[in-house]
Amino acid sequence: MLRLIGRRLLVSIPLLFVVSFLTFGLISLLPGSPSVTILGPTASQQQYQQLDQQLGLNRPLWTQYTSWLARAVRGDFGDSLITGDPVHKVLTDRLPVTLSLIAGATLLAALLGVGLGIAGAVRRGRRADAVNVISLAGSAIPNFWLALVLVATFSVSLRWLPATGYTSLAAGPWPWARSLLLPWLALGLGGTAVIAKQTRDGFAEAMSMDFIRVLRANGLSERSIRYRHALRNAAIGIVTTIGMVFVGLLSGSVLIETVFAAPGLGSATVTATSEHDLPVIQGAVVYFTLLVVVMNLLVDLSYGWLNPRVRR
Amino acid sequence: MTDRPNGFIRALLRQRLGMLAAGWLLLVLLGALAAPVLAPYGSDDADLAHALDGPGRQHLLGVDPLGRDVLSRLLYGAPITLEGVLLAVAVFVLIGTALGLVAGYFGGRADWLISHLTDLVLAIPAVVILLVVLSIFPVNRFAPMLAFGLLAAPGLLRVVRAAALSIREEAYIDAARTFGIGPIRIMARHLLPRMASQIVVQTAVFAGVALVVQSGLAFLGFGPRPPAPSWGGAVADASGVISRDRWLLVPSGAVIALTVLALGLLGDAVRDASTQRWSAAAAGPGRRSSARRQPRRRSAGRQPAADRSSALLAVRGLTVEFDSPAGPVQLVNEVSFELEAGQSLGVVGESGCGKTMTAMAVLGLLPAGVRVSAGTVQFDGHDLAALDTSALARLRGREIGYVSQEPMIALDPTFTVGSQLAEAARRHHGLSRPAARQRALQLLARVRLPEPAVVSASYPHQLSGGIAQRAAIALALAGEPRLLIADEPTTALDVSVQAEILALLHELRRETGLAVLLISHDWGVIADLCERAVVMYAGQVVESCELAGLFADPRHPYTAALLAANPQLAGAGVARIGVPPLPLPTITGTVPAAADWPVSCHFADRCPLVRADCRQDAITLIELAGGRQCRCVLVRNDPERVR
Repeated sequence: MLRLIGRRLLVSIPLLFVVSFLTFGLISLLPGSPSVTILGPTASQQQYQQLDQQLGLNRPLWTQYTSWLARAVRGDFGDSLITGDPVHKVLTDRLPVTLSLIAGATLLAALLGVGLGIAGAVRRGRRADAVNVISLAGSAIPNFWLALVLVATFSVSLRWLPATGYTSLAAGPWPWARSLLLPWLALGLGGTAVIAKQTRDGFAEAMSMDFIRVLRANGLSERSIRYRHALRNAAIGIVTTIGMVFVGLLSGSVLIETVFAAPGLGSATVTATSEHDLPVIQGAVVYFTLLVVVMNLLVDLSYGWLNPRVRR
Repeated sequence: MTDRPNGFIRALLRQRLGMLAAGWLLLVLLGALAAPVLAPYGSDDADLAHALDGPGRQHLLGVDPLGRDVLSRLLYGAPITLEGVLLAVAVFVLIGTALGLVAGYFGGRADWLISHLTDLVLAIPAVVILLVVLSIFPVNRFAPMLAFGLLAAPGLLRVVRAAALSIREEAYIDAARTFGIGPIRIMARHLLPRMASQIVVQTAVFAGVALVVQSGLAFLGFGPRPPAPSWGGAVADASGVISRDRWLLVPSGAVIALTVLALGLLGDAVRDASTQRWSAAAAGPGRRSSARRQPRRRSAGRQPAADRSSALLAVRGLTVEFDSPAGPVQLVNEVSFELEAGQSLGVVGESGCGKTMTAMAVLGLLPAGVRVSAGTVQFDGHDLAALDTSALARLRGREIGYVSQEPMIALDPTFTVGSQLAEAARRHHGLSRPAARQRALQLLARVRLPEPAVVSASYPHQLSGGIAQRAAIALALAGEPRLLIADEPTTALDVSVQAEILALLHELRRETGLAVLLISHDWGVIADLCERAVVMYAGQVVESCELAGLFADPRHPYTAALLAANPQLAGAGVARIGVPPLPLPTITGTVPAAADWPVSCHFADRCPLVRADCRQDAITLIELAGGRQCRCVLVRNDPERVR
């Protein structure tokens, strides 16, 4: 098991390097220099060059990257060009918001998706059709639009839930959940659709395996065959899909955090993008990629638990 | 199969939802191309007096907060929105197909590199990279869509690679290669057409995702610069006035959702149309069993008491059929046999003769779509058809155990052997957990496994075939059944292991008085274990007899030919009826498909002794002296001798 973790870590860490270097390379393509952003368009040529020098922007790309990396591994991602705050502080403050959002939405999608998927696989007819409709709708309805509809309904009309903002968990679990309920729903529907489909197909496939026939022929109960044996065998595909949904929701959070004005990593990235705050963007990419790496690791670990053949 | 595009298009047209979806997409495309003609107003014509008017005669879909006609904005926004999607789709298809083909067809180092890159790119949250791209090219609305196509291409790449990997192994690709046809030509002429429908499905789904992403970016203000119209921008316009006017959310959201939905449905329709074609080509009942339970026959419950058999298992006139598109097809035709308690009966025949279907019918576990249409199965004098599903389920395991052919896939790979045995023991005897664990170890010891504790703690994949089959037999014995149905229990095993398993079955019979219904194509196995045998051919019993009589004096030409094909058993009796010498110790031809079985003799086409009257009408099973039966015209005319 420890070897499995070690092996997966060895694969994941290069991902961090590649993604951060890719971002770095992309940013270096930027016409003009951050000095223009900082000093504004009216400064003199000399002032720009001086600041370039100061920021190390006139060094070769590779040197720039390695020195950024040397600081980044110590958690120092530089300072925001706009506010001057340390990037790691800006992003670490926002991490709980995004984590609350994504984890809750993934959990919601997993519970609903697995339930619907099993219902669709076990009962044919109307219930299976309902699963189809939900998975179609879930993949077709843009989450930011759904978010607006939810706000219009539950906040503007019914005034049940807050339209925007985020209440920290420190203020108590109920206010926290209240502030996140609509974002969870908006973000979770798409994931529910994907997970329901995977569950239904994986479950049906597991039910068609040889050992199911053998267990049935030897008198095991139908309930155990379905929910112990078939579900366990379908679980690997389902867990993989849940991991993919988590990564997909990271992308979705960028939009949802903007709609709900939740101060998370996504909305920070959007703001930084419109302000060309490159250190923040660079840092956000690392944070997002770290989340992906952690999630992939968790999924891999669950394989070891779910599939005895992976265990060594 | 690739050269029948007409069938494919016909199958596609049959998908009503798919056609509806295609219709909507055409409408959208038309609207995008003819926006200046169709739109009632200009994209920027502002009529502030009517701002936020609802839908009406003048403005079909209402007016936005700046007094602009919503319908016109959506129409003018269509080309701007769709060109971004189109760009992403083009990149997706080109990169995904090209790299996937290269990786799948050439394999080796190219495959290694491309696959690793794929894993890497798929791990990156796409929208974050898009934002990076946007911060670098703030005014270029194509750059992010191009990047999105690139980021998503690995999804298609994987599909194409997998398809190419499997197709390149086929013989005709090899042939093309030896004829000196270049790789590019092979890919274009032979690989691409085979995977075209898969590519279309993936592309349709991706186009939907691209549309959502494009709209999302426009919604965030990273799309076309306002006042240029776009669908995502229209949602953003509506979000600004959400507290005053909720109608505005509807048209923009609906047009995006409907288009994405249509793309998904079109993809589904293409997939269904192509799989329908494949499955139609490979018609047959399939061997998959399914979660659906069979509707049991009720009528057969009215069995006259006098007809009750004293045998442990009595199968009478069992007919099994499945519904093909061309009507019901019989898989098993009026099969009858009896098995006394403690006895063992072999069912012999080539594969495709209905042996397994017969066994599944006895167990009440026929695959979905297959049903018993006539006949009865009695166990211990009780008609199984009269039992409800739960009573039948109780019978399985407790009265009848089952061992399948392939031991390595007969046990659940995700549970230890011990836990599966314990589960069965708990189910059958209501044992406590610790007692069930003890029972599992006893069962493993009973199938002569030297280290029950080790096997009990193992997962199926950790066992050898022989040990796995012993564990599977232990599972079948967990409920202490009186009858064991063993479907080719030794076929998948090495010869030395086969002998051990047969010896084990022997011992179990001796110790417990277990009756065995042994299904096999191997006379050696049958000879080892059975007193009687039923020979099946193409769904029918053609001969049944004591084993000794069968070997010494086979009456049916199929039995004789089957015996002749078994070199160590080919004996004097074979020569006696004059069927051989067959040119080879095999039977020519194969068992015909169930749909092609004639009413007259099923074996006529392969029979060396075939005569005109063999093909006239149905041949009945004839009772011969000594409790044997035979289904042959020659025997009918001369029960003693066939000549």
